[in-house]
Amino acid sequence: MSTTTADIGTVPERPAAVRTGIFSVTRTWATTRRVLLQLHNDPRTIALLVVAPCVLITLFKYVFQNSPGVFDRVGLPMIGIFPMITMFLVTVVAMVRERTSGTLERLLTTPLGKLDLLLGYAGAFGVVSLVQAGVVSALALGPLGLHVRAGIAVVLVVALANALLGMALGLLLSAFAQSEFQAVQFLPAALLPQLLVCGLFAPRDRMPGWLHGISQVMPLSYGVDALSHATTGELTVTLAVDVLIVFGCVVAALALGAATLRRRTG
Amino acid sequence: MPEHDGAPAIEVAGLVVERGGRRVLHGLDFTVAAGTITGLLGPSGGGKTTLMRCLVGVQRVAAGTVRVLGMPAGSAPLRARVGYVTQSPSIYADLSVRDNARYFAALAGQPASVVDSTLAAVRLDDRAGALFRELSGGQRSRASLACALLSRPELLVLDEPTVGLDPVLRRDLWALFGELAAAGTTLLVSSHVLDEARRCERILLLREGVLVADDSPQAIAERAGTDDMDEAFLRIVDGVGAR
Repeated sequence: MSTTTADIGTVPERPAAVRTGIFSVTRTWATTRRVLLQLHNDPRTIALLVVAPCVLITLFKYVFQNSPGVFDRVGLPMIGIFPMITMFLVTVVAMVRERTSGTLERLLTTPLGKLDLLLGYAGAFGVVSLVQAGVVSALALGPLGLHVRAGIAVVLVVALANALLGMALGLLLSAFAQSEFQAVQFLPAALLPQLLVCGLFAPRDRMPGWLHGISQVMPLSYGVDALSHATTGELTVTLAVDVLIVFGCVVAALALGAATLRRRTG
Repeated sequence: MPEHDGAPAIEVAGLVVERGGRRVLHGLDFTVAAGTITGLLGPSGGGKTTLMRCLVGVQRVAAGTVRVLGMPAGSAPLRARVGYVTQSPSIYADLSVRDNARYFAALAGQPASVVDSTLAAVRLDDRAGALFRELSGGQRSRASLACALLSRPELLVLDEPTVGLDPVLRRDLWALFGELAAAGTTLLVSSHVLDEARRCERILLLREGVLVADDSPQAIAERAGTDDMDEAFLRIVDGVGAR
């Protein structure tokens, strides 16, 4: 090893001062790049992330072929819900892996800040959800003939907000799962109830009072409301408020999730 | 390398750790001089990993103090100065060795140029493009080690780094550890290959959360009255010749 060990001596000295602040662009970007590379090495997951929603939206269109208006009314909210569900699943599994494989603990012994990690993940999954929502929107608004008043940019922003909501909830709930088996069970336990009361299946104002109250505090309700407004093109201020509420929930869930990233454990 | 002015790299006093209501470390006291290689030996379940976790600041401590490079263990500035390699390699299975290394180099604020030389130092340069999950057990532990070396840490805490390695690689890694120590790095290496104990300047023998020996390998062998490290280890662990 005489030849190779000489190499380690040529490794540059440690930078004079490695800053260990709460946020670093370099470390955040390195994390985004790392997560995207992991996905890149897993083409089957990428294919499923993009193809599955396309298949579902197509099925949806033809299931309701003889009930005109249903696809136009519910098609867009569905496009917004896919990114939320898929990003939730991807994040909850990825974070459970980070926790169980020891990589999270290792990361927390490096200068990486918690905010770097969270924003790094948000960046990577944000990109993926934009691709996903873009492809599904193009299919729905084009060949499937979905009528939407709002522009595609509005659809993408709302889809991104929903995707980040799924990611943030996944991150938070990953702290309560000890295995990937438990993690995926949070989908029916935590997301499907939100889906039932969000107004997609029945208008929220026609629900019993207590249920309506519950739907009022569920973040997904606002994501779906926003897309319903985008469909009709009305109430642009309400739409903006809905989107802001979703982003607010994202920040709150990320903050709670950050609290679960403990450097010191028992 | 930074100056320690002879100050110890590790100072542990009265360290008590409890896990799940059970006391796993019973008030440890020791110091480790900078630029030395210290072996941490002992039966499994004796608290070696817990002690290492205390040094890198990820273990909740019930009592006592742990100071590393003159600061409380786990302080933010130490994260750039201490390298930790866990027993089961904790790097990303779905990334190539090089991409893993690039990520950890970026986190440590090092340029990407350190990656290739570090992979060469652990003899993984020919496997740099392979996904981590495609590597053999020995290659995996070396990949994990490389990711800790990238930051050129002043203190390296290595949990069983030579498990699953053939004798040639084991010898080469110990040669690398020797060079790192000669360059001023402090190494704390846990192992259960007793043969390796001879390569350390000092041995900490940890049994059921108590330090039963803290001395040079020669002194430990003398105390146990045998030249055979295996036998010395067994005699001390069984309480024969213990202080």
